[in-house]
Amino acid sequence: MTNTTQTEQNKIRVLVAKPGLDGHDRGAKVIARALRDAGFEVIYTGLHQTPEMVINAAIEEDVHVVGLSILSGAHNALVPEIMSGIKKEGLTDALFIVGGIIPEEDIISLKKIGVHMVFTPGASLVEVVDYIRTHAPKRS
Amino acid sequence: MPVKKSHSQEIQKIRKAKQEWEKQLKNSEVQFPPRSAKFTTLSDMEVPLLSTPDDLVDSGFDYLRDCGFPGEYPYTRGVQRNMYRGKLWTMRQFAGFASAEMTNQRFKLLLKNGQTGLYTAFDMPTLMGLDADNPRSKGEVGKCGVSVSSLEDMETLFSGIPLGEVTTSMTINAPAIVILAMYLAVAEKQGVPREKVRGTLQNDILKEYIAQKEWIYPVLPAVKLVVDTIEYGTKNYPFWNTVSISGYHIREAGATAVQELAFTLADGLAYVDACLERGMKIDEFAPRLSFFFDVHNDFFEEIAKFRAARRIWARLMKERYGAKDPKSWMLRTHAQTAGVSLTAQQPHNNIVRVAIQALAAILGGTNSLHTNSMDETLALPTDDAVMIALRTQQIIADESGIANVVDPFGGSYFMETLTQKIEKETLTYIHKIDKMGGMVKAIEKGFPQAEIANSAYHFQRQLETKEKVMVGVNKYQAQESDKPLETLTIDHSVEVNQAQRLSELRRKRPAQAHKDTLRQVKEAAQQGKNLVEPILAAIKAYATLQEVCDTLRSIYGEYRETGSF
Repeated sequence: MTNTTQTEQNKIRVLVAKPGLDGHDRGAKVIARALRDAGFEVIYTGLHQTPEMVINAAIEEDVHVVGLSILSGAHNALVPEIMSGIKKEGLTDALFIVGGIIPEEDIISLKKIGVHMVFTPGASLVEVVDYIRTHAPKRS
Repeated sequence: MPVKKSHSQEIQKIRKAKQEWEKQLKNSEVQFPPRSAKFTTLSDMEVPLLSTPDDLVDSGFDYLRDCGFPGEYPYTRGVQRNMYRGKLWTMRQFAGFASAEMTNQRFKLLLKNGQTGLYTAFDMPTLMGLDADNPRSKGEVGKCGVSVSSLEDMETLFSGIPLGEVTTSMTINAPAIVILAMYLAVAEKQGVPREKVRGTLQNDILKEYIAQKEWIYPVLPAVKLVVDTIEYGTKNYPFWNTVSISGYHIREAGATAVQELAFTLADGLAYVDACLERGMKIDEFAPRLSFFFDVHNDFFEEIAKFRAARRIWARLMKERYGAKDPKSWMLRTHAQTAGVSLTAQQPHNNIVRVAIQALAAILGGTNSLHTNSMDETLALPTDDAVMIALRTQQIIADESGIANVVDPFGGSYFMETLTQKIEKETLTYIHKIDKMGGMVKAIEKGFPQAEIANSAYHFQRQLETKEKVMVGVNKYQAQESDKPLETLTIDHSVEVNQAQRLSELRRKRPAQAHKDTLRQVKEAAQQGKNLVEPILAAIKAYATLQEVCDTLRSIYGEYRETGSF
């Protein structure tokens, strides 16, 4: 980019979603605020979203990044369904991030199905912001 | 009076000596400069280097008025006269995972090893009033607690456990009235007399909107259901704690110690107001209200928080509501060590954190305690990890000597001033919420939610700048990756089996009885009647959890939160 300020059009759009029945939203809200403070456009779904609701939000907002926060252990059921739904709807280049309590062996299997990054407790805000800034798809 | 004069002369002498000492302190600080420009508690309250008797004079501390004696108003020093010399706190480990059979086995293991009360964790579908075979339950069944969809599951959960001989606490809120009905039905089947049914229903829906976020109905009908259970329990089950007004989840969501205390007590006031509005008398129901607080890392702040909690509640009950029964003034509380303080990094360190937090809860005079297992930030705890957590309490109780003396921090210049400070700041919040029209209104405005989100973000920022430290996370990180702990995984077969059992139940139960009783639930809800008995009838006819909740959803609607951050 040659211009000095980001315009509204080329701002990175991030969906922060809470799929499933999990009510732990402390992490999602802290991340959402940190991403906004870092200059991204953040769409937060709120709690208790079905996979379908998350897919629709990602498509409607045409986001660059999909961040799924899950602390209830339901990630293996929810993440594949959401990812394939979003891709099927045509958003094929989105960056997929999962945050929450995800056991080591599940991180491996989530990455196998195409999740780009998994952040677990203790990850710093700077780490997350830098990761998105570096890896979010560039769209013209 | 000569006594007073000599006292004030004494204080003058102390002040003078203190000034001298402060001059010397400056010299010492040249040699050993303070490690930080400011020293604060975990919740950012400034901490003095030293407290002396004159501090208590300045703050207007009056021993008899502000502390008094244990077992007596305002209960700052504890609710029992001889505290743990007479009865130790109840050691109550939270347990619940997978199926009712598996949790039943964990319960029996804990009881065999000296645990004195049961404490049930339910899975997310149960907390949200959904059956295990609902599509929205997919992937969640048995994961964060035990799956209970019908009376049949509840019978299995407590099979072989005589309910007249244990006390049972159940963490359930939005569908609490249904789960209570299931528990009472099991107790009745076991032939337990009503005055022998002891335990606690969490049943604190307000903190769900504020923090834990497992809700079903809009706020007002949800509070109505809480009042129904309080009304029914008070009349029929004299030793059942009808509600456990909970700060734990508020703290875990990011609140400071003062916010935890203020929002919890304000929730309590909202229930009191709602019960009075129903026409109940304060001294009828207030003695069965109980509390539940978090106990976090900052040792002194936590002890002061428990002491302040009892004093504030006692005064509110007596002065605001004119309660006359001392049992109405007493804040009896459960405590749980702070889940959020546990680290996935170097997880064995969590054993130490838990021990320190447990000490604070006990020195703060808790009546019951859950100590977290070291692996709870990774998964539900394994049997081995649970056993270390339970043993931690037993070591404190039987080896440390701490249980032999009542409130040893009472009279400490520092502890008393910190207790006063927490009390004062808590009351400021409570008055603010009063002005908004009470907690229900404050929640609808999003006030406590926003305050907590701000604190959570502020704390995360402090971690990033290392202003606050988490060992192993932002300081003393391990050079190599941690040796992984063996953790508990919940197999997908739990969900499949649970769904299968449920469909069998639907097939084998009498076809008409559950429909008739559900219709009666609906009618009673439409007429605004107390719903415990109609729901009890539906449960006994093996209506499922979700069938009852759906019946109420059709009348009350569902709560929606606007997703703000």
